[in-house]
Amino acid sequence: MYARGADGKLALTPSRGWEVEEIVTLQAVKACDELAETARQRAKAGQASTLEYHMHRARMDVALLSQASGIWRWRVRWHLRPRVFARLSPALRQRYAAALGIDVARLDALD
Amino acid sequence: MTVPSFTHQQASHCESGVMSALLRHYGLPISEAMAFGLSSALCFAYLPFVRLSGLPLVSYRMPPRAIVRGLQKPLGFRMCSERFRSPEEGIARLDRLLDDGRLVGLQASVFWLPYMPPDFRFHFNAHNLLVYGRDEASGEYLVSDPVLEDPQRCAPVDMAKARFARGALAPKGLIYYPAGMPSEPDWERAARAAIRKTTRIMLRTPLPLIGVRGIEWLARAVERLPTAADTARAKQYVGHIVRMQEEIGTGGGGFRYMYAAFLEEVAPLCKRPALVGLGAELVDIGDRWREFALATARMIRDRDPLDVRRLASLLRALATRERVFFVALDKAAR
Repeated sequence: MYARGADGKLALTPSRGWEVEEIVTLQAVKACDELAETARQRAKAGQASTLEYHMHRARMDVALLSQASGIWRWRVRWHLRPRVFARLSPALRQRYAAALGIDVARLDALD
Repeated sequence: MTVPSFTHQQASHCESGVMSALLRHYGLPISEAMAFGLSSALCFAYLPFVRLSGLPLVSYRMPPRAIVRGLQKPLGFRMCSERFRSPEEGIARLDRLLDDGRLVGLQASVFWLPYMPPDFRFHFNAHNLLVYGRDEASGEYLVSDPVLEDPQRCAPVDMAKARFARGALAPKGLIYYPAGMPSEPDWERAARAAIRKTTRIMLRTPLPLIGVRGIEWLARAVERLPTAADTARAKQYVGHIVRMQEEIGTGGGGFRYMYAAFLEEVAPLCKRPALVGLGAELVDIGDRWREFALATARMIRDRDPLDVRRLASLLRALATRERVFFVALDKAAR
């Protein structure tokens, strides 16, 4: 960050951030993790598809996953249902996996 | 292995850091703060209709690419930028430029860059970095990421993913490199023009969401946050405001410190000693932004009860001070 050096001039000094920054960053990270954890529980209970978990694990939401995969938003939302997701075509699964940056096989896993 | 003699230097903001490193490499040593100030990159914008995972866009600087574009005129050179329809084309073009021994700046998504620490890996598409070569054996890119201490390496697959990530501000494989040589500017003219552009944006943008009035609008939005039913959401919101002025990535205080460094540096060059005093004033304003950040963090951590009124009044005080400051700066640069 920029701070006054010994010569009284503003200069770049190495910084790893301060506590406040860490608090707000962790707040955002925690919010993401919580969404992923809820989705995992829901997927376990059969209330949501594993896609919902993987979406949140990749720190995405429906809008972003839709843009990343090129699949319309309402279709993504439809695929968050477990029964719909179970019957998904290999081509669509491939697109989701590519957008999420994981292997197709891992789409079904709750790791 | 062809590695041109490029030396990595850590900066605090990605775009100004990239441009300062690029110019330094091409023979015009210019500091990061100077690159930031000369391109009039300081700003404030509150755009409630642009949502980042449900939160409004709050920015303390001009939109991405403003620094790359804004330096062309004062320094008298052109930047070539290219975007690509297909990743294959983009990869081939980058590789060709690197084989020619060029230094290439590019835009990428932070999330897909494997060398980034996990806590920073959000879906933010407008990150800038420099590629200065390629390891011929493994094909890995040699990356100089201005926000990191050391140079990095990045596998081609990951780089392609990061460069062609989709979503808001999608990079579309954007690369940029200078055409022609930058030259030392007429400091007096360049600095005055740059400063006056900044004061114009901060004081006289017709849209009330931008500049000093934007801070006031944000204060009002903070004040109206529903806190009775759902404090978690309000905390997310205020935390987001602070996150956008972070230390790593802005030099702290929402870029105010960096701009102060610019004023201090440019004052002797354009023979306007008054700018030094204004720089000191801006450092003080940066400290107030940090105070706001601290107050927010304490409320997020429940060390203080969440009090949106108090946060709003801190923001209003900041708006008042910045208004006085920019009016004075406008006068000093006349």
